[in-house]
Amino acid sequence: MVPARMPHLENMVLCRESQVSTLQSLFGERHHFSFPSIFIYGHTASGKTYVTQTLLKSLEVLDKAEYLRDMEANLLPGFLRLQELTDRNVTVIFLSEIVWEKFRPNTGCFEPFVLYFPDYSIGNLQKILSHDHPPEYSADFYAAYINILLGVFYTVCRDLKELRHLAVLNFPKYCEPVVKGEVASERDTRKLWRNIEPHLKKAMQTVYLREISSSQWEKLQKDDTDPGQLKGLSAYTQVELPYYSKFILIAAYLASYNPARTDRRFFLKHHGKIKKTNFLKKHEKTSNHLLGPKPFPLDRLLAILYSIVDSRVAPTANIFSQVTLMISYYVSSLPLWNSSGNVISRVPGI
Amino acid sequence: MATSSVSKGCFVFKPNFKKRKISVPIEDYFNKGKNESEDSKLRFETYQLIWQQMKSETERLQEELNKNLFDSLIEFLQKSHSVFQKNSRDWGCQIKLREIPTAALVLGVNVTDHDLTFRSLTEVLQNNVTPYVVSLQAKDCPDTKHFLQKLASQLMDCNVDVQSKEKESVQVTQKKIYYSMDSLSTWYMNVTQKTDPKIPRKKRTPSSQWQSPPVVLILKDMESFTTKVLQDFIIISSQHLHEFPLILIFGIATSPIVVHRLLPHAVSSLLCIELFQSLSCKEHLTTVLDKLLLTTQFPFKLSEKVLQVLTNIFLYHDFSIQNFIKGLQLSLLEHFYSQPLSVLCCNLPEAKRRINFLSDNQCENIRRLPSFRRYVEKQASEKQVALLTNERFLKEETQSLLENLHVYHTNYFLVLRCLHQFTSSLPKYPLGRQIRELYCTCLEKNILDSEEYASALQLLRMLAKDELMAMLQKCFKVFKSSSEKQLGNTAKRIEEFLAQFQSLDAAALGPMSAEPVQDERASLLDWRGMSVRKCHPMVPGAPSRSRAGIIALWCICRTTEAKEEEEDTSESQSKGLQKTDLYHLQKSLLEMKELRRTSKRQTKFEVLREQLVSFIDSLVREYLLLPETQPLHEVLYFSAAHTLRQHLNAAPRIALHTALNNPYYYLKNEALRSEEGCIPNVAPDICIAYKLHLECSRLINLVDWSEAFATVVTAAEKMDANSVTSEERTEIIQYPLKSILQCPSKHTE
Repeated sequence: MVPARMPHLENMVLCRESQVSTLQSLFGERHHFSFPSIFIYGHTASGKTYVTQTLLKSLEVLDKAEYLRDMEANLLPGFLRLQELTDRNVTVIFLSEIVWEKFRPNTGCFEPFVLYFPDYSIGNLQKILSHDHPPEYSADFYAAYINILLGVFYTVCRDLKELRHLAVLNFPKYCEPVVKGEVASERDTRKLWRNIEPHLKKAMQTVYLREISSSQWEKLQKDDTDPGQLKGLSAYTQVELPYYSKFILIAAYLASYNPARTDRRFFLKHHGKIKKTNFLKKHEKTSNHLLGPKPFPLDRLLAILYSIVDSRVAPTANIFSQVTLMISYYVSSLPLWNSSGNVISRVPGI
Repeated sequence: MATSSVSKGCFVFKPNFKKRKISVPIEDYFNKGKNESEDSKLRFETYQLIWQQMKSETERLQEELNKNLFDSLIEFLQKSHSVFQKNSRDWGCQIKLREIPTAALVLGVNVTDHDLTFRSLTEVLQNNVTPYVVSLQAKDCPDTKHFLQKLASQLMDCNVDVQSKEKESVQVTQKKIYYSMDSLSTWYMNVTQKTDPKIPRKKRTPSSQWQSPPVVLILKDMESFTTKVLQDFIIISSQHLHEFPLILIFGIATSPIVVHRLLPHAVSSLLCIELFQSLSCKEHLTTVLDKLLLTTQFPFKLSEKVLQVLTNIFLYHDFSIQNFIKGLQLSLLEHFYSQPLSVLCCNLPEAKRRINFLSDNQCENIRRLPSFRRYVEKQASEKQVALLTNERFLKEETQSLLENLHVYHTNYFLVLRCLHQFTSSLPKYPLGRQIRELYCTCLEKNILDSEEYASALQLLRMLAKDELMAMLQKCFKVFKSSSEKQLGNTAKRIEEFLAQFQSLDAAALGPMSAEPVQDERASLLDWRGMSVRKCHPMVPGAPSRSRAGIIALWCICRTTEAKEEEEDTSESQSKGLQKTDLYHLQKSLLEMKELRRTSKRQTKFEVLREQLVSFIDSLVREYLLLPETQPLHEVLYFSAAHTLRQHLNAAPRIALHTALNNPYYYLKNEALRSEEGCIPNVAPDICIAYKLHLECSRLINLVDWSEAFATVVTAAEKMDANSVTSEERTEIIQYPLKSILQCPSKHTE
């Protein structure tokens, strides 16, 4: 199953020497029975899948093992003892981003061999990223570029895949002065840095957050236009709503944050006198926004709606269907609704 | 129907196919049980004809409006897929993340319209990009398994369309298998490899221009999908992207931020999202109105109230064009159904022909029309007699009146558009920004009497030359574009005005009149730059929000700047400005107006401008008359707003209340007809119980209620209280309690 020694392994898997050798010794020779189950964990893009896939040709690997936790209870112990159950030379490798302790079932089970893949250090990242430099340019030139890139992005992103993606995306901009002949040699790092640094910072705010798609970013780069002109996804916040829908939203907000007792005072013209001192109970004096929204009945929402709209509102089917629509559409989408939305979705009778 | 079962529950009864409904031809519903003389069949046919025309017009409009959006979408799909296909050995392409091309399609909250958009989008994509277009809805995909299942089964269906049907037997068996992304990609490989050599070169659609066409997945309502399903699907499919070229289209009703809210960065970084926005639905409405109602193409018209009902439902409730068009269809149907004379609501030559064949009954209907009676009253006495007695004379007269009505409309819409050009860009929009607002105002009342019109004219009198000329140009285009030659004279007049304004330019070069014109321009520039808010501090207490106040302020600003040479007036104004109330402002405004009128120092431009404004005014006076003033307008105008409202804006609670409170309203049983406040004892028990309960205030005494109920019911049967056995009476008394339990809103026993 596992070749005893892969000649080019050092070149293919960088910065994971100790993990590779542990795994190799675990698998042993071809005729050896290996350890029944191995649990590998570590952050996103720390080389788990890559390492196992380069090492192994055919073997049962369960990637994204987190999902096993949500499945039936006997599945995980079964996999853990697959070797014993099938009486074959099988090793199950679990790949996960969370620690083994979160998996262990209450009833106890066979303990797998746990192997941790630590995050790549900045030096590791530098080494790995510089490894695949474009053929047209020298390794040093590309390594200098990676250095700058990591300087900008390392604080926010350590995901190797993402960094590599960003590196490719922005490399043409880095080369631009060289191609145009503005910079004498590839060594003039200062000038190159001055050219690329602001560009990378812009990329961090736009393309890294997926405000602008990669293809749009490449196009901008090619046309040499200012990325500020292109509005990101978050720029389109305004939503055009029908007249009554707006009021329904407001009414829902009021209903979820005001105590029901206060409605009379706020929404009725002749509400009579209420003693100011006892008006609010002690626990109500803390900000309702800190306590979060509260559930309310549909009738209350409608009553508030009728009182806040200037003209007379008939309780028509259209209003009711609007309420339903708002619930289905705004539960998690609008800023206003976000805070009260989960509440209104619990309204009985809709 | 009965069952032999003892247990309680729901039973399915299959309809008895032997009893076939005797189908009534639809046009017979138009008869209303009256005689044939009212052309019900012809009316129905006319309705169908006009509706067909309107429908195809709306469809054409829809297509036109969607074209831009679809074109850019297709371009995006093709571009992203060709990148896909390049399969280049390029250094970058190998290292870069493979992102799923994704189009975020922001469609707005008018959910009812989305289906139509997606349907035509699917069609367009299938014709231009790929045969594999699948659309999924959130309600079909509660989890990833169902998601994949739906995706797979729809994909296979797509395939059937392309290939011959020989595979159908295989399809059926395949449907029961559980699909994974793996099986989907193998399926895809099989299909793309198989189909390619099979299709002869001639038959190749543009869709097969690539060896492997992409799979386009449309998620119709992105917001409603559960986060987990979306995330899982995206993660899985991104791993299969190299063998299963997927492109996503998200249908978004609210705002594109939803993407970030639903998907964490780890997932959204797998997507290459581009944004596409559809046309605003308000603009869509404007176009629809413009092409369906503000035109002489269709004879059918809506009265102000009906139009108001339809637009209100649109603007206040749903933003849905489909619903608006449905409402329009309903009004059309209702018009042809309820108005016997609607048979004349067709194009003019046809209507004239039909007049000749009108029955006596219909002639009588014409005579009964209020607008016609008003018309008759104005005629000389001999003519009156002739109109009321002589059928032939009546028909001739009707023909000419109908012709007048058509001419009236032609002119009406031209002048309306012309007026709209002049008023749509005035500050604060006294007559509305949209032509539909202006149209509503004109339908509602005589526009000449309205305050808004007066203020619009006043504002027009203060516009600068370039603005006026731009408006004139647009107006001229309106007249030119219309094929009707009715107002040819007006077009000429407008051209003359244009020429005169242009010649002013030449004159302005001369030293004499240069100054005032320049002044006017400068002041205009000043005004443009200076918002009303900016002027506001001069008049601290003025109610700045009111339209009159703003106009007054504006006038003062303009005149102070334009007439700086008139030292004394500006002084009086600055005095006025120090005073704080609107009353003084208006007063000083009036004074200024008076001054202007008397002063002989009007420039040439001002004279011309005054002429232009009075010209517009004369046009409006002559042509924008109320439709009600036109004889026979009832033939073309549908005005039963109440019926429409009942149908379109149903109020379930009110309907329930009416049914319980006044059963006659729905049951139409004469015995149930009752006076106000009286409870008919033959009414259904539940109505009696409900009415008695209404008589109580907030708290109800159950015993009293039951007793009262028993009294009413026993009185109904004209029985003496004595003759009822005590057992029966208890049963009756218990009824209200049972009826509470029957009430749908309460919980069951």
